[in-house]
Amino acid sequence: MTDTYLELVNSGFTKKLAKQLGLPRPARLRRHQPGQPLLDGPALVLGTGPDADAVATLLSSPAGGPADPRPDDAPVVLDGWDLEVHRHPAPDVRYAAVVLVLTGVEHPDDLTQPVLAAASTLKSLRSGARVVTISRPALETDAPAVAAARQGVDGFLRSLAKELRGGATGNGLALAADVPVSAPSVVAGLRFFLSTRSAFVDGQLLEVDSDAGELPTDWEKPLAGKVAVVTGAARGIGAAIAEVLARDGATVVAVDVPAAGEQLAAVANRVKGTALQLDVTADDAGERILEHARTRHGRLDVVVHNAGITRDKLLANMSDDKWSSVLAVNIAAQLRINEALLTSGDFVDAPRIVALASTSGIAGNRGQTNYAASKGGVVGMVRATAPLLTPFGGTANAVAPGFIETDMTARIPAVTRQVARRLNSLQQGGLPVDVAETIAFLASPAAGGIVGRTLRVCGQNMVGR
Amino acid sequence: MASTRDTSTPAPAAPRAAYVLGGNRIPFARAGGRYAQASNQDMLTAALDGLVARYGLQGERIGEVAAGAVLKHSRDFNLAREAVLGSALSPTTPAYDVQQACATGLETVVSLSNKIRLGQLESAVAGGVDTTSDAPIAVSDRLRRVLLDLSHAKTPQQRLKAIARLRPKDLAPATPRTSEPRTHLSMGEHQALTTAQWGISREAQDEVALRSHQRLAAAWDSGFFDDLVTPYRGLTRDANLRPDTSMEKLAKLKPTFGLSLDTPATMTAGNSTPLTDGASTVLLGSAEWAAEHDLTPLAAVVDAEAGAVDFVHGVDGLLMAPVFAVPRLLARHGLTLEDFQYVEIHEAFASTVLTTLAAWESEEFGRERLGLDGAFGKVDVDRLNVHGSSLAAGHPFAATGGRIVATVAKELHRRRAAQVAAGDDAPVRALVSICAAGGLGLTAILEAA
Repeated sequence: MTDTYLELVNSGFTKKLAKQLGLPRPARLRRHQPGQPLLDGPALVLGTGPDADAVATLLSSPAGGPADPRPDDAPVVLDGWDLEVHRHPAPDVRYAAVVLVLTGVEHPDDLTQPVLAAASTLKSLRSGARVVTISRPALETDAPAVAAARQGVDGFLRSLAKELRGGATGNGLALAADVPVSAPSVVAGLRFFLSTRSAFVDGQLLEVDSDAGELPTDWEKPLAGKVAVVTGAARGIGAAIAEVLARDGATVVAVDVPAAGEQLAAVANRVKGTALQLDVTADDAGERILEHARTRHGRLDVVVHNAGITRDKLLANMSDDKWSSVLAVNIAAQLRINEALLTSGDFVDAPRIVALASTSGIAGNRGQTNYAASKGGVVGMVRATAPLLTPFGGTANAVAPGFIETDMTARIPAVTRQVARRLNSLQQGGLPVDVAETIAFLASPAAGGIVGRTLRVCGQNMVGR
Repeated sequence: MASTRDTSTPAPAAPRAAYVLGGNRIPFARAGGRYAQASNQDMLTAALDGLVARYGLQGERIGEVAAGAVLKHSRDFNLAREAVLGSALSPTTPAYDVQQACATGLETVVSLSNKIRLGQLESAVAGGVDTTSDAPIAVSDRLRRVLLDLSHAKTPQQRLKAIARLRPKDLAPATPRTSEPRTHLSMGEHQALTTAQWGISREAQDEVALRSHQRLAAAWDSGFFDDLVTPYRGLTRDANLRPDTSMEKLAKLKPTFGLSLDTPATMTAGNSTPLTDGASTVLLGSAEWAAEHDLTPLAAVVDAEAGAVDFVHGVDGLLMAPVFAVPRLLARHGLTLEDFQYVEIHEAFASTVLTTLAAWESEEFGRERLGLDGAFGKVDVDRLNVHGSSLAAGHPFAATGGRIVATVAKELHRRRAAQVAAGDDAPVRALVSICAAGGLGLTAILEAA
């Protein structure tokens, strides 16, 4: 599973050689470690107006609140992040993050100044730097110039992300009309994109639909007190999800088929949770999950639908069994479990559903009609399920991994695997923990304003949006 | 002094209940099979870790862990404690080893339950493990004597003298045997005598075996073992289970025991338990401890009675001790066999079950040997070993007690819940009977919580 090429271009003689030959040089991405500072350098906040000021205040204020005296019209930001923040690019400063607050743009011309200011910092960005745009989605009801400016942010961000090097990423938050920049999901989303938790998320615009959600008292433990179920937890991405949720404070119920029980027990013991041997396609899987969580841990807050299988075949050669088994595990089981949870009356305290989609389900993949149908199904399922949960503070979202280094992708033929790894802006495969971090973010109380969305964890894969 | 102590000492309180809260075992493997490279400690640790994972006991200080093995290396003198140290339990969990032949597993349950009932413990894990694949092989007694003398020798002459006693045949290793030290008969040969004594037919024995396989297979298929077993080393079901066996297939097997008797030999590899590797654990606790840990008591361990027969000089077969222990146990509680909805009789051999039942059904035996007015009673097959037993699951000696107790406790809880839902609050009880080498037997009553 190790990416030998990535190791070679980052060490010793081969590093030099790759540089001289102009070979692609994927960077070693930094991942989250508890206690790690949010940024390892100053942040530049670009843009004008109250939203930009509010963001700058949030980033620069010390933990525990903005410094007194603060202006009367300053938005209430209770807990600042204590970063060194600049509002204009200073020469010779290597920025760790550039935040473009573009919520106020009314004409494409309004993009010029902040974009060019950002441009001046790019050549000296720190490795693993973050560029984040905060904007509003273009709507049919917008004035044409406003819509043009807003949609322009989309194209700009996706292109900039492709230009960034050294493990730097570019992502954006697109805030629905009435969502303030101080909304919990905007604050938490910005922090997620700035942090190393989003190491393999690149070129994505995440829409924030409402000001629902609750900010954590401790950013290291956003899931404190929550009980989370993870299906398919015995290995790979599922095991990583269990570990990250537990690290973020959740009590984890690790679920997998009885045959995977040995590895499942090891995961459960590692995260100090409980193991539940259960086939998610069982008719009563939802009831049994809920029963276990309720009797053993007193509640159920988060369900991560991670269990999934592949049975790849060209459609011309597809058997009923290969088609049906993939659909049964990857989407039908999720639908049945969700229905059991939603009708139980015990999944109503700001619940979170996070499901695993796939870039295959968005962009399509030859030989994966069954898998892509199931994963496309997940994208549709969360879109329709989230509104059923919002009345009691809940939501449902999906994560669509691209090429992730797992046992599954290790079985892809070597050359195909090498090519597949490089086909994204970060020029490498992601790690299971990258998917897990994104799931932990969407499972957190602060993500309540993100309703039915699918966030890609793909290093900005060349295919699909 | 004495008088003040007397007044300050409270009268002994009635013992509180000790409950089975759950269990975990690894699938049982045939000797030389999937666990051929696993030691007793490996398997017991795996079974413990599965239990910890199922019940969220990571880092928990359990009151005490008791476990044992019948075939045991001398280096495993602290097997249970070493397994605890290798597990996810708190290293401050105390442990001790137990050995009572095939009754080892049940004895750990009984003794730990008693400690809980007395208030010495709040929680406990009972367990057992055995491997015939990794059995200890000892040197011959003569070689051992020579080696010991060598280590005590002080002069070259003494050393030479010791070595000179050695003969080539002394180098042959002594492999462990399941034969009785006093009769030199294997357990199978002993049971063949009992089988002949009670006139048990080949067909009746094969029926018991077939039913065991069919019932265990049905339990696996229904997911009954999903929360009782954790796979190990790629084995996900009991390897000895033959779901597709039939009377025809069983009838084809050649007899293996009792070949030298006057009566026809009836005991085959199909109606005897095979050599097996495996481990099991049972989580026990007080009601308070269960509540604190959000665990549901499944069944109370009510009482137990051990027995032994004089198989060396007397008329009773080696594995007939439970026949005598159970009537004593039931008499103590004013119960009869009719009061048990569920009976587990360990299938050391199919004929062990049948001779036990035959003795209980015999008017003459009841009067003359059990001192009753008539026959002790009858157990219908629909109450007996309802999820299969050792003939199908296999029998890793010390692990069998834990397998049976966890299965019984889950089944009792299930039946009680169904019965209460139907408006019937009557107690639901199970009787467990395990025979063991040395003419031993251990029996216990469990009652649904």
